[in-house]
Amino acid sequence: MKHTISVLLQNKPGVLSRVTGLFSGRGFNIESLCVAETLDPGTSCLTVVSRGDDAIIEQIMKQLHKLIDVIKVTDITEQEYVEREMVLIRVKAESHTRAEVLRVIDIFRGKVVDVSAKSYAIELTGSASKIKAVIDILRPIGIKEIVRTGIIAMPRASKNK
Amino acid sequence: MGKITGSQAIVRCLEEEGVKTIFGYPGGAVLDLFDTIDQSDFVNVLVRHEQGAVHAADGLARVTGEVGVAILTSGPGATNGVTGIATAYMDSIPLVVLTGQVPRPLIGNDAFQEVDIVGITRPCTKHNYLVSELDDLVPVIREAFHIARSGRPGPVLVDLPKDIVASMLTYPEKKPIDMVSYQPTYQPHSRQIEKACRLIMKAKKPVLYVGGGVILSDANKELTELAKKLDIPVTMTLMGLGAFPGSHELSMGMLGMHGTYTANMAVSECDLLISVGARFDDRVTGKLDDFATKAKIIHIDIDPTSISKNVKVDIPIVADCKIALTAMNSWFDAESNFNLKEEAARHAPWFKLIREWTEKHPLSYEEAGDIIKPQYVIEQFDRLTGGNAIITTEVGQNQMWAAQFYKFNEPRHFVTSGGLGTMGFGLPAAIGAQMAFPDQTVIDIAGDGSIQMNIQELATAKQYNCPVKIAILNNSYLGMVRQWQELFYDRRYASTTMDVVPDFVDLAKAFGAVGLRAKTKDEVIPVIKEALATDNVVVMDFKIEKEEGVYPMVPAGKATTEMLLV
Repeated sequence: MKHTISVLLQNKPGVLSRVTGLFSGRGFNIESLCVAETLDPGTSCLTVVSRGDDAIIEQIMKQLHKLIDVIKVTDITEQEYVEREMVLIRVKAESHTRAEVLRVIDIFRGKVVDVSAKSYAIELTGSASKIKAVIDILRPIGIKEIVRTGIIAMPRASKNK
Repeated sequence: MGKITGSQAIVRCLEEEGVKTIFGYPGGAVLDLFDTIDQSDFVNVLVRHEQGAVHAADGLARVTGEVGVAILTSGPGATNGVTGIATAYMDSIPLVVLTGQVPRPLIGNDAFQEVDIVGITRPCTKHNYLVSELDDLVPVIREAFHIARSGRPGPVLVDLPKDIVASMLTYPEKKPIDMVSYQPTYQPHSRQIEKACRLIMKAKKPVLYVGGGVILSDANKELTELAKKLDIPVTMTLMGLGAFPGSHELSMGMLGMHGTYTANMAVSECDLLISVGARFDDRVTGKLDDFATKAKIIHIDIDPTSISKNVKVDIPIVADCKIALTAMNSWFDAESNFNLKEEAARHAPWFKLIREWTEKHPLSYEEAGDIIKPQYVIEQFDRLTGGNAIITTEVGQNQMWAAQFYKFNEPRHFVTSGGLGTMGFGLPAAIGAQMAFPDQTVIDIAGDGSIQMNIQELATAKQYNCPVKIAILNNSYLGMVRQWQELFYDRRYASTTMDVVPDFVDLAKAFGAVGLRAKTKDEVIPVIKEALATDNVVVMDFKIEKEEGVYPMVPAGKATTEMLLV
């Protein structure tokens, strides 16, 4: 099963390689990984998406927590959460498809961020399933290039807070 | 307060941490540090190879429980230390390894003797540091000691750029260390302790399965109290030997691949397995699906990652072994329904079964007239040292025979590379142990193969008056690999025959040590007696039965009940 794990880290040199080294050294899988500093410049938040049965995910959580520079590890998948990914897509847009591409982008609430005679570059944000839906629709039109950020996620606030 | 140099600050840190002995090898990047150390009160042991420095520091740490310290230069000095660091990491031994690094402006420029040792050792240290700011120097070294010795211990490496070590700084005052991201759990959950104790009171066929964690947390007394109080038989892992007296009637000896028949059968048949400071290593469990299938499992360990990693556990207890065992002992003392006589009566049929196993298949070997059997040599060492020597080993058959036939009654007396299985460990580790306890008898049980891996350390032993005794069980083979080839590769001895082996007696003399040889069984005892009476480094060359095997043996991947016996 797919799990989104959020890791709060000390913002120190080499920390990212401790995390990725742990995954590769122990044969854990990384589907995507995102990291940037938090409000406190001394700490970073890393969101990693991995796959595995319960025992593997439990080991991943424990092994991450064992790293000296890791402050907190949360399996976001265990609770209500929002996840977002941003994608930049350069899609073919020639005279007969330009209008259709714009319509699709509009439906998915994307934005055109770069235009040329034969293509649009679009920016789009959403959950993993929305990104997949857009890609599936644009693929027949002709995707020339795609860059994705990987997923970031945050638990929803509990109702009584 | 006046300013001091970086190297003076490092030396002051080491003094604050209680370090007395340092093992090292100098080089360009650590010239300043060694210059300062030379003017300090440390005993500074110059080894002959950096691997030896780390193993020696490791040996000292294992016998004392203190943090071992090694200092190596940059580049090849540091990479030579990696095997030693990985050895300590696998066995959770507290070390601080200081490595020199090229000056900061040269880092990343492929400078002379530059290597990214922090990158290289990231997966085989508990933590490591490159000191990149002068202000970090002292706090980092203090943190390194704190991390090495707390929680589940382990090696910590600190890489020291030469310009930082040579800079002037104001020595900061010592403050208590508080790391938000590193807070080991020492106290057990009281509900879990109670659950575990209640389960123990119901068990008819309990087994205590004890690992190196008990020795690391100095919990042998508490463990022995629990085993005796509850009348529970004890088996130990290789790393756990000595945690419970090996000659006590409750001891079943070692379990696993070369464990006793009794221990492996007991683990397979028990209804409750109480694991303390052990990690269900593949050499212990054999085929996982068939391991302790009839048992509920209690697992006490300070490292949460060890729990339910290989075997699903019923009652996990994350805690320091000593504190958890103390809590269990107190629980039983306070519990009015608990009574030792009832426990013993309930376990009586279980002990009857255990005795039957031991009578049917005790640890044994076949005598062969005049030919020296390695097991006999170990038995004589046990007898002639009263079971009280510090025994280090190399890796392979020598290690297993030592584990099987020397009865360790005290913790911190068996020094062996368990997890990594590092050949060449025994001699430098023996030097480390002897530096810590100059008056103790320290014996390295070696093979003719592994002794050659770090034999240069004979010179170190000689230089620092470490009268270590090296017993080479010489069969002219890489014996353990040969044994696997005999059993699983139709006796094709690929690359395991050493046609040229030095004359170890002459070699000993060349180093200024004493060399002794035994070729027949009746020469064994006189050689051992002479060695033990000699106040010098002694190399004993025992020409043993060439194709002797270590038994019992569980073939890799088989259930532990499928043992090959003598």
